[in-house]
Amino acid sequence: MSTISLRIEFGGGLELLFDNKRSYRIDVPSLVPKDNSTDAENLSTKETKPVDVDYLIHHMRDNMLKERVELFMEKDTVRPGILVLINDTDWELEGEGEYRLKDGDEVVFISTLHGG
Amino acid sequence: MAPRSCALCLKAKSMLKRPKTGQQICRDCFFYVFETEVHNTIIHSKLFNPGDRVAIGASGGKDSTVLAYVMKTLNERYQYGLELFLLSIDEGITGYRDDSLETVKRNQEQYDMPLKILSYGELYGWTMDAIVSQVGRKNNCTFCGVFRRQALDRGAAMLNVDHIVTGHNADDIAETVLMNIMRGDIARLGRCTSICTQGEDTIRRSKPFKYAYEKEIVMYAYFKKLDYFSTECIYSPDAYRGHARAFLKDLEAARPSAIIDIIHSGEAFEIKEEIKATQKVQQTCQRCGYMSSNPLCKACTLLEGLERGMANSGITDRGRRKLDAEGPTPDNLRTIPFFRRPSGGYPAIAVELPS
Repeated sequence: MSTISLRIEFGGGLELLFDNKRSYRIDVPSLVPKDNSTDAENLSTKETKPVDVDYLIHHMRDNMLKERVELFMEKDTVRPGILVLINDTDWELEGEGEYRLKDGDEVVFISTLHGG
Repeated sequence: MAPRSCALCLKAKSMLKRPKTGQQICRDCFFYVFETEVHNTIIHSKLFNPGDRVAIGASGGKDSTVLAYVMKTLNERYQYGLELFLLSIDEGITGYRDDSLETVKRNQEQYDMPLKILSYGELYGWTMDAIVSQVGRKNNCTFCGVFRRQALDRGAAMLNVDHIVTGHNADDIAETVLMNIMRGDIARLGRCTSICTQGEDTIRRSKPFKYAYEKEIVMYAYFKKLDYFSTECIYSPDAYRGHARAFLKDLEAARPSAIIDIIHSGEAFEIKEEIKATQKVQQTCQRCGYMSSNPLCKACTLLEGLERGMANSGITDRGRRKLDAEGPTPDNLRTIPFFRRPSGGYPAIAVELPS
């Protein structure tokens, strides 16, 4: 199964949900189930799509998140108040969850919800 | 998606979508418009006079860190002629405030501004850690809020500044509008949207980020690689504000102008004259000289409860009656040092009105 390699960064306190580590290198499959399920076993029986940010968010929830999923996700995407940047660009300019990830992409998640 | 060029300079690749306008702009144009909007807010509201000594309330968090950076930048760029200070309050919360104060100390060097740290321990004889160990985690935010407000004023008086600026942003103000509506707190609703509070208080306080969206503040800090601290206070569930905040973020996701719209609607409320007339007259606390709407200010009331081992006396009427039944205030009670205003000369008595 071919994979792509990504760099994930956290800021604004979000790292606290991810083992208090600010930076990760991860590999994700380049083809993933359309329903974003992350158990790779029955991939062959499912409709697939090229890996996108929606899948990445589910992958992070299922494989990297250590606690309190409600502070990271809401309704199949990141919780409002979490900023996402793809290669330093606001994901709102990149198609948000539908952005198709490329090998070497850097995705940054920053919480705006912590004290000022 | 193909990269689009910036809506302002038409050249560089756009890097973010402004929540306020929907414009897609590049990094440099973003810095420019963000700073210029804060400058325009400062100029239109006539916040400062040349020569003013201004304290930036600095917690080490994103808002106050960006505020310190932007105030320094604008003061130099537009020659406001301000003397800037950092003022931090150390509530005495181990593992939270001690870490964030390290950030403020770095900011002091990075921004080359004098820093004053005033601690609850020094001012009240009680750290928040000690308060929580006596009162538990239910009402501790009341103590912290009342003590912080007064500590900021007292720190400002020690620095002999004319003015305190805080990092409250548009999202914070919209949240407060919602909370005041939900609580029917008409006096605070009238006040909470004003960019500058004066007369009500001893020292001018203002919010240069009143119209700055939190998203843009965080983006600014990220693109500028500013050094800030982000951890939730270990004692603060402030559940009510949390709900208001989550609700506001949902509204913003559906319609980004919601934040500015709510501020606008808060400003549009008008309070009838007869309601204003029932609001309490401002006076001076008999014990510590701080502004108060009662013979004793809230901080003195809370401190007396702590000192006499009846912390609830400052919170509930029942607690107060119990304290009164215990007899008069002992002579040797620890009190807050008497408050001396900076030399400005503000009226000692002012009617509390929404400005």
